[in-house]
Amino acid sequence: MLWEVDVHLRQNDTTAQDLVTAANELGFDIHAAHAATGWLIEGDMDLDEVRRIGKRLFTDPVTEVCRVAKVGEAELVSTPPGAQETDNLIFHVLPKPGVTDPAAESAKEAMALLGVNATAVRSLKKYWVPTECMTSEQIAETAWKRLASEAIHEVVIGPLTLSRLSGGSRWELKREQVQLNGLNDSELEELSRRQCLALTAKELHAVREHFNGLGREPFEIELETIAQTWSEHCCHKTLGSPVDHIGPDGEFRYDNLLKETVFASTETIREQLGPDDWCVSVFRDNSGVVRFDGDHDICVKVETHNHPSAIEPYGGAATGLGGVIRDVLGTGHGAKPLANLDVFCVAPLDTPAKTIPPGSIPPKKLLHGVVAGVRDYGNRMGIPTIAGAVAFHPGYLGNPLVFCGTVGLMPRDSADGRVEPGDLVVVAGGRTGRDGIHGATFSSIELSSESENQSGGSVQIGHAIHEKTVTDFVLAASEEHLFHAITDCGAGGLSSAVGEMGAELGAEVDLEKVPLKYDGLSATEVWISEAQERMVLAVSPSEWPRLAEVARLEGVEATPIGTFTGNGQLALRWNGEHVGDLNCHFLHEGRPRERLQSKFTPPQNLPVRWSLDDENFETVLLELLRSEDVASKEWIIRQYDHEVQGKSVLKPLLGPMGGPADATVIRGVLGRPRGILIGIGLRHHLGTINPFEMAVGGIVEAVSNCIASGADPERIALLDNFCWGDCRRPDSLGTLVEACRGCYEAAVTLRAPFVSGKDSLNNVFTWKDDAGAIKEQSIPPTLLATAIGQINDVSLCVSSDLKRAGNRIAIVGISTTELGGSQLAVIRRITGGDIPKVDFKNCREAFKSIYDLNQQRLLASCHDLSDGGLGVALAEMAIGGGLGADINLAKVPLRDTGNLAQHDDIMSLLCVACAETPGRFLIEVKEEDATEVDQILRGSTWSWIGHVTDDNLLTIRCGENSVVTQTLIHKLATAWREPSTAQTHGKS
Amino acid sequence: MLSPRALILRGPGTNCDQETAYAFERAGGHTKRIHVQALAQSPSLLDDFQIFCIPGGFSYGDDIASGRILALELTVRLGDTLRRFHERGGLVLGICNGFQVLLQTGLLAPDCRSGHRTATLARNASGRFVDCWVQLQAIPGNCVFLRGLEHFELPVAHAEGRFTTADKTSLQQLDAGGQFVLRYANNRDGQQTNPNGSEQNIAGMCDATGRIFGLMPHPERFIEATQHPAWAGRLDPHADGAGLTFFRNALRVIGKDLG
Repeated sequence: MLWEVDVHLRQNDTTAQDLVTAANELGFDIHAAHAATGWLIEGDMDLDEVRRIGKRLFTDPVTEVCRVAKVGEAELVSTPPGAQETDNLIFHVLPKPGVTDPAAESAKEAMALLGVNATAVRSLKKYWVPTECMTSEQIAETAWKRLASEAIHEVVIGPLTLSRLSGGSRWELKREQVQLNGLNDSELEELSRRQCLALTAKELHAVREHFNGLGREPFEIELETIAQTWSEHCCHKTLGSPVDHIGPDGEFRYDNLLKETVFASTETIREQLGPDDWCVSVFRDNSGVVRFDGDHDICVKVETHNHPSAIEPYGGAATGLGGVIRDVLGTGHGAKPLANLDVFCVAPLDTPAKTIPPGSIPPKKLLHGVVAGVRDYGNRMGIPTIAGAVAFHPGYLGNPLVFCGTVGLMPRDSADGRVEPGDLVVVAGGRTGRDGIHGATFSSIELSSESENQSGGSVQIGHAIHEKTVTDFVLAASEEHLFHAITDCGAGGLSSAVGEMGAELGAEVDLEKVPLKYDGLSATEVWISEAQERMVLAVSPSEWPRLAEVARLEGVEATPIGTFTGNGQLALRWNGEHVGDLNCHFLHEGRPRERLQSKFTPPQNLPVRWSLDDENFETVLLELLRSEDVASKEWIIRQYDHEVQGKSVLKPLLGPMGGPADATVIRGVLGRPRGILIGIGLRHHLGTINPFEMAVGGIVEAVSNCIASGADPERIALLDNFCWGDCRRPDSLGTLVEACRGCYEAAVTLRAPFVSGKDSLNNVFTWKDDAGAIKEQSIPPTLLATAIGQINDVSLCVSSDLKRAGNRIAIVGISTTELGGSQLAVIRRITGGDIPKVDFKNCREAFKSIYDLNQQRLLASCHDLSDGGLGVALAEMAIGGGLGADINLAKVPLRDTGNLAQHDDIMSLLCVACAETPGRFLIEVKEEDATEVDQILRGSTWSWIGHVTDDNLLTIRCGENSVVTQTLIHKLATAWREPSTAQTHGKS
Repeated sequence: MLSPRALILRGPGTNCDQETAYAFERAGGHTKRIHVQALAQSPSLLDDFQIFCIPGGFSYGDDIASGRILALELTVRLGDTLRRFHERGGLVLGICNGFQVLLQTGLLAPDCRSGHRTATLARNASGRFVDCWVQLQAIPGNCVFLRGLEHFELPVAHAEGRFTTADKTSLQQLDAGGQFVLRYANNRDGQQTNPNGSEQNIAGMCDATGRIFGLMPHPERFIEATQHPAWAGRLDPHADGAGLTFFRNALRVIGKDLG
């Protein structure tokens, strides 16, 4: 029997309103609609029972009414309660069979509590639209463009005609060998493409040779395992390659690019630190681990989830966050997630609809989708999403970037997980379904306008509450030392997780034992499914009974599916029969490496010309504040629970008026003073101009965030996330090598070791234009730098908002007039110009000065100068504190750049106000502390430039008597908040 | 003297249990976090406690509706236990999701005539989750948790906090009973800080005895000054936050009873 319960709101039908808004935006003239939340319930039950649960479980007696009937009965499609009698078109949006439906799973469990056992439940949304307003074609358009995603939903126009929900039957064992012998290179490549393997012909040659040695062809499951393990996503295929590079600084030859740049910087720093080395486990486990306090270490990881988010923004971003949380949970013997961060790179929100390529999601819908995904997953997990950024560039159209990161806390010295021979392979958490198949290989392939249709299966839908219960379970089990090692099922699913854990020992796995969401999955599907919320644990047989007990108490399913053996073979079975047998050494070391050619030629440097022409500087400043990169992200921040766990000390919006923070800060442990700072640096506008400085500038910005908020410069850890275009092209690889070199230089000079990282290459979007010509667009080379700082006592944290009229303002660090790649250049479409290069000596000196000043409690406020430069930074301090400021640009210390920077040249000084020279800070100091500050800063590059005022005005002078702008703080604040307010009120 | 003990209930999706326990401990109490399944299996566990607290989170993912499934569990499996606990003088506190749960159990706002509850927490008027700080005004009446509090600030973080009643009569009845003890108030610019469109700016309510209390704001997130968004350079970082008073009040009442 298939029943339907429809729940209607008595008033405030926001779901219907969303439909009306969406339809109006698409140009359809509709003013009213109705909506209901529906539940399809399959089981052996009668009408009275369904009525009872309808009322008791599904309906709020204060705000809702429900209707109950068998699917197909007329009552379900009649005029909704409270609505006027009229002819309606009805349509339904429901998850595709096999797609995770968290609410339905919960509903099924709750029904059991009321004594009603359903065999299956599915949720749906249902809409009534007056026939005179819209045709069914228009409804289909609205539904697909705004309400549903092809990857995960189906839309049914008219009454539902289902008769059953459950489907699928047990898979019958088949072993399919894939014939590699006799295929030429292009046939091999075609095979790889057809099966979504992302393997090159050269790699398939190596596979063929290996299996020829065994006297047979590989089974499908073996080939899939190799494809997952050798994917760009799972091993740094490109970054770990040997590379010959020619760049502006000469020729370089690397045997392993990543090892000799990013990793090498960490090794150099650790050697220098000697016994004071505070790195614990770097570039090894699922996240990087460093020392924190006497009892704890902290770990951190930042991941990308670009391609899934491009196709299904909500699910892609949610599972991106879910995945990185599991990385932290799956580090060492398990770490407790403390904070999340998210960074999105998208095309400008006002990108004209006609320029949006087919098959790609418009940037506004995309951004709202990814924000909602992070919001729902992070909030439900109870982990504060406390840091982040959104960066805009036309190059992200069709291929947005979604970065999610997590910081975790673990008991000291628990970072080393080690699998023992004989340990059980235990899978815990969510069940396995057909979701997310080929995610790892898919992310290593370019996106195209066809991706949305081809790759539905590679999009996963998360179930945050499953992950929360798994987290509770893992942390409880870890406290009792019930497992030897743990890892998460991420890209590649069990194949990667078990493969990595058993890389040395080998394992045998009985795939039919893996708990399934529904029948019908083949052994290969079980093995490579990326179904979410699963962890794999290595458990000694003697600990298993207690582990099972803990799992039961926490309501988590944990199942032994095999054993880590010690024979170095990965053996896969189905009901006792071998379906695959792979040599671990070949799997992990057998990938042929290819020497890559790389070349970077800097673009021709044209002189920059900027003049105010008919406008005044106030207009420029307001426009900078309003620009997408700079403007307030409050509409996003407020949707994230950034205070849960009670540990936040500096939140993303600070001061009485909510100005922007530099780093955000949390306590490591409730009631203890030591804190963790998160800083983010992203200089995406420099990527195509100077990738070396893009990397260096991003790192300095991330570190400066931390320093401004009070971090110890000797305790900053870095993470790298490289997102690049097609690195098989020498020029594209050239920018990557330059950025890697920048990473090495910056890390070593600042003594800030990289502890973890991740790369996402092949971020290229291809489509066919109206004339049928193939077009492609690559993202700008983008390095996200994340800095994790530490502070001894959070009561020493400094915020950026101005505190009191009469206090002095100074600038620390050296300024320049270079406008290349600045926000000003972006909003005024200025091309060319020098970009401000990082002056490491000055940077280090500025970091130390700020730290010393703060240790003496001499900083009333401090803000680092980044996007928009000095003018924007000062405005942000004023906005946060609700106070005015009066500064003189002529007092700003400048680097000697020949005849450019004359203190009496107003245009040069305005360039100083807008240039984004890294490594500078604005500080606010009480009058009575001025002398002491003078003393501490003696010998550094710095200067007093003005003071805080109570006149509600931001006054910027070029010389004592030359006021270039005097603007009401309120006006600045309104400009800065305007884009955010627009997003709050206009839904996607 | 026995020290007061608070049971912090947790279940799938509960996520404010640790900081809530910390708040009780900072206030001088002892706490234990207990899973709802464990409590349902042995309801006598509650005998050792004087305070029963349902902390914030997304119990069961807030699937179907916020707090719905946990409320159902409490009613079906622990209804009598909780009634007896309350009758013997126990205090019940529901924060955020805990408030949503309490309302749905009917413990806070039962209708005398039909036994159906008459108040609920609906989706925010904005239609969105919001994390922000609000101004609050307490009108404590007999609510033991709010004694000595008047005007103060706390953060909220929820998507379903719009207090709404079935009709005017129900609203008046509850109001006349002095149950609306906590309301959103104006900020210093005279703007109302109600974050969700609640009727009459209601932020929290207690039952007729004043010993069952539910609220949307998070007192456990303002235990110390450094949790405030504008503390740096303005407040003594080691000062107490307004939220601590809630927990001290609860412990003080119990402390008296325990002698």
